[in-house]
Amino acid sequence: MSARTILAVVVFTIIAMFFIFTALFIHPFGEPDETDMDDYIIDNTQEETGANNGVTAVVFDYRGFDTLGEATVLFTAVAGVILIFRRLKK
Amino acid sequence: MTEMSKIVRTVTSITFPLAMIYGLYVIAHGHLTPGGGFQGGAIAASACAMVLVAFGSKWTIEKIKEKRLSVLESLGAISFIALALLGLVFGVAFFNNFLTGSNYIFGVVPITGSGLADINTAGILPLMNFAVGLKVIAGLFVIVLVMAYATTSLKEDKK
Amino acid sequence: MIYNIPYLAVAALILLGMYALIFKRNLIKMVIGITLIESGVNLFLITLGYRTGSIAPIYTSSPGGIMSFPVPQALTLTSIVIGVAVLALMLSLVIHIYRHYGSIDAKKVRRLKE
Repeated sequence: MSARTILAVVVFTIIAMFFIFTALFIHPFGEPDETDMDDYIIDNTQEETGANNGVTAVVFDYRGFDTLGEATVLFTAVAGVILIFRRLKK
Repeated sequence: MTEMSKIVRTVTSITFPLAMIYGLYVIAHGHLTPGGGFQGGAIAASACAMVLVAFGSKWTIEKIKEKRLSVLESLGAISFIALALLGLVFGVAFFNNFLTGSNYIFGVVPITGSGLADINTAGILPLMNFAVGLKVIAGLFVIVLVMAYATTSLKEDKK
Repeated sequence: MIYNIPYLAVAALILLGMYALIFKRNLIKMVIGITLIESGVNLFLITLGYRTGSIAPIYTSSPGGIMSFPVPQALTLTSIVIGVAVLALMLSLVIHIYRHYGSIDAKKVRRLKE
């Protein structure tokens, strides 16, 4: 058991204590704290966007910028995979 | 990777159209039922990966070159940004929903409360669903195809 | 305290992923550990938006009642797609390292340091 292994075990135990302490003393499952933004979205989706699906209206209309960033990440990943496996023909 | 036996190839050629129709149905009805662009694109891409596993990677890359799939994926990304910029030309701001409540193709507003609705509601949401679905199908299939073809050549180089 | 079982499952997933990332030497096992951490974070995002006795936030022929929050579900969709993209790039780099060095042991692929 070298010194590096003992240091790794001590740090892992401290982080595990943090996670378990947070999981036991967080607010109970099923009673969220702030509900103002989602109550507005649930009440006004059918008039403003005209969609019958709340999740699709949030993904493409109320929060469209996050979908634009995610499309960019997917395009960059595909370009990187094609670039790694390319053979230059001589 | 090599191809599989005759029974697997026959059953795959029967099951592949059913899986593609199910994936395109989930993409097209994204504004009425649970689903949308990303979920339906994942279903259709796994149907295409089933064909790749059953028929071998050499046969598949002779039929479908990867340059055509890259063009399809770029087409999906460009049409998504073009729909967002049209909201700036015809409406008020970037990403504005300019087809809701007007008399063009997708402009009916449904009745408030639970109930059935038409398919031509919800503005530019179905068009955006098609663009993102095309992008996800082409992107995931290109990743699986390039990795399978590269490891086949790796095995032949080492022997 | 017995009602917080979803949050304890999230903590267990993240701790198992961190154990596989710190104490293992094979590169593929480290990639599996990173995927476990991402799954734990996605589960945590979904369990933050639940109200007791609620239904899905969809209006097509739904029975009446209060609805859960749609915003955490939208954020989880984005997170899953980003996880797939990062996993594809990590596995491509592991294949490239194997072709160059001949082994995937984390103690042998350190030619940049010396």
